[in-house]
Amino acid sequence: MPQQTDYSYRPWLDADAEPFIKLRGISKKFDEFTAVDNVDLDIYKGELFSLLGGSGCGKTTLLRMLAGFETPSSGTIYIDGVDMTEVPPYARPINMMFQSYALFPHMTVEQNVAYGLKRDKIPKDEIKRRVEEILSMVELSDFVKRKPHQLSGGQRQRVALARALVKQPKVLLLDEPLGALDKRLREQTQFELINIQDQLGVTFVVVTHDQEEAMTLSTRMAMMDAGKFQQIGEPTEVYEYPESRLVANFIGSANMFEGRVTQSDVGHVVVTSKELDVEFYTNHPMSIIEGTKVWVAVRPEKITLSKTSLDASTNQLKGVVVDIGYHGKTSTYRIRINNDQIIEVSVPSQKRPRGERHSIDWDEEIYLNWDQSSAVVLMK
Amino acid sequence: MTVANNTNHSVGQAGSRLLSRLVDMLQSHWKVLVVGIPFIWLLLFFLAPFIIVIKISLAESLIASPPYTPLYERAEDGVLTIRVIFENYSYLWEDDLYINSYINSLKIASVSTVLCLLIGYPMAYGITRSSPTTKNILLMLIILPFWTSFLLRVYAWMGLLADQGTINSLLIWLGVIDEPIRMLYSELAVYIGIVYSYLPFMILPLYANMEKLNMSLNEAAADLGAKPTIAFLTVTLPLTVPGIIAGSLLVFIPATGEFVIPDLLGGGNVLMIGRILSDEFNSNSDWPIASAVAIVLLIVLVLPMMLYQRIQARERQNS
Repeated sequence: MPQQTDYSYRPWLDADAEPFIKLRGISKKFDEFTAVDNVDLDIYKGELFSLLGGSGCGKTTLLRMLAGFETPSSGTIYIDGVDMTEVPPYARPINMMFQSYALFPHMTVEQNVAYGLKRDKIPKDEIKRRVEEILSMVELSDFVKRKPHQLSGGQRQRVALARALVKQPKVLLLDEPLGALDKRLREQTQFELINIQDQLGVTFVVVTHDQEEAMTLSTRMAMMDAGKFQQIGEPTEVYEYPESRLVANFIGSANMFEGRVTQSDVGHVVVTSKELDVEFYTNHPMSIIEGTKVWVAVRPEKITLSKTSLDASTNQLKGVVVDIGYHGKTSTYRIRINNDQIIEVSVPSQKRPRGERHSIDWDEEIYLNWDQSSAVVLMK
Repeated sequence: MTVANNTNHSVGQAGSRLLSRLVDMLQSHWKVLVVGIPFIWLLLFFLAPFIIVIKISLAESLIASPPYTPLYERAEDGVLTIRVIFENYSYLWEDDLYINSYINSLKIASVSTVLCLLIGYPMAYGITRSSPTTKNILLMLIILPFWTSFLLRVYAWMGLLADQGTINSLLIWLGVIDEPIRMLYSELAVYIGIVYSYLPFMILPLYANMEKLNMSLNEAAADLGAKPTIAFLTVTLPLTVPGIIAGSLLVFIPATGEFVIPDLLGGGNVLMIGRILSDEFNSNSDWPIASAVAIVLLIVLVLPMMLYQRIQARERQNS
């Protein structure tokens, strides 16, 4: 029986779906510096899309081009099928939540939120109704008469969100939306953002340097570096199957082992490291020419530690514990292997250690193992 | 020997004790010192002269030295007579000359303030928006005129504006005009002089105010649908009101009492209270009238400022 695929939640898998935001050949040069380098991007309606990268990677410039504050040096921006490349910011069906929130300090919460509606010459009673509605949604109904400086950081963030959402934009841009909040509030707000986005169905484009935030929020994320996309995909896809060492290291952390392909069959690759005198047996969808230099990447939480050798011929390393970091719900072990490389292993604290502080102690000899499906072979 | 030694010792001890006590005092009372010294300075060199001027304004003119009657006299029988007359003030009301010069001074100062604002606001805005290097150069250019004496700069304007001055000669040479335009010794010349001289006092507080403005506020306004003009009127302008008020006060107050510019560039044709005051004091040697003119000028300037401050304080309380 043929399976009917439902693409409504994952339109990017549907080859026939028309993207809501289309970037084609977008570049932005500032004098000699190329901030964004000839990128194409499709974002679908109702997505919560994250642009992720370190500072100076071009993510903010890309967002500012979407908002209309910067004009691309070349390329075209389509939003809902309309060419928006040359349209000034005040005429775009897009609103932005600024990193600094950019609330008008001389206006009350109410006036700040009503500002955009007044510009659209909307009747007074409708403005009043919509402002009340959105402020109750972000739970600020009791603060309408306050000025921004009389609000806490979290409240300001919500005013900024309400002000951007009240115009019912086709796209909402968020520049580091949670950057100014403390950790607890950030985690709580992440889920609020997702709920609001789900409720309103507005397409969100979020810029962030925080990979955890990007993974929690996004339907898909794009990792940027040096003005280019390194990888675009769903959070699990990008995390579990990074395409390059850069992505693997930026999103989460990864232990890398350099080696050469010694055997490649359908579905798996064998990589041999002469330095470590070990073979890595890893699942891989495509075959790789033998002799190619590759990297095997293993995430810290995919490695298991044991005091005795598992008699495995592959994917096993021996090392000495040099550092233990206890975080509460996990512990991080730093283990030195025989080429002096330090391997990070993350172990969940499932059982309380009895008697001794750690079940595995400093300077102890230990074996590291992982499953053939847990590692990734990277070509670059 | 022992005694001498002892005293020496105790003197040294007393000295170091005194020093340490002084240091202690400095440490615990430095706030009093920091505030106190300028306070005493103002008391001595502002309040005291001011009281003397009030005293003179309540006296009668005399041909003597000093040229006014004393405030109190002790007669031979020991009776103390205090003589206070308010005639000088009522005289100011009776003579049109004084009232007219007050009004004219306020008019010239107001118009100059508005002109400075109209010229200075875009300049300050432009400086704020330029790149850091250009910004420094432009600010330098604003401050540069202060390196030349104020008087010299006003004299230079005399040379520029005179009938046979630079501007007229140039225009005649170019064939634009046949006869020189009369510019010097007119209200126009006074306006040019005041606006030129006080423009930096408008630009600098405005710049300081605008520099603090978050540029993303303008972007936020544009993002919410405001065209540039609307964004300016609803966001930038209201947020620069403190700068506008500070700059306007810095121009308006000294311009009202300005003496050098109307005297040199306005000649006898422009009536301003600063010149009247100087004439009363120097030519007429009527110190009491001159003092009364000065006191009234002060009241005219201080009252609106106090009113403004009270309004501001009330607004601050409300918010």
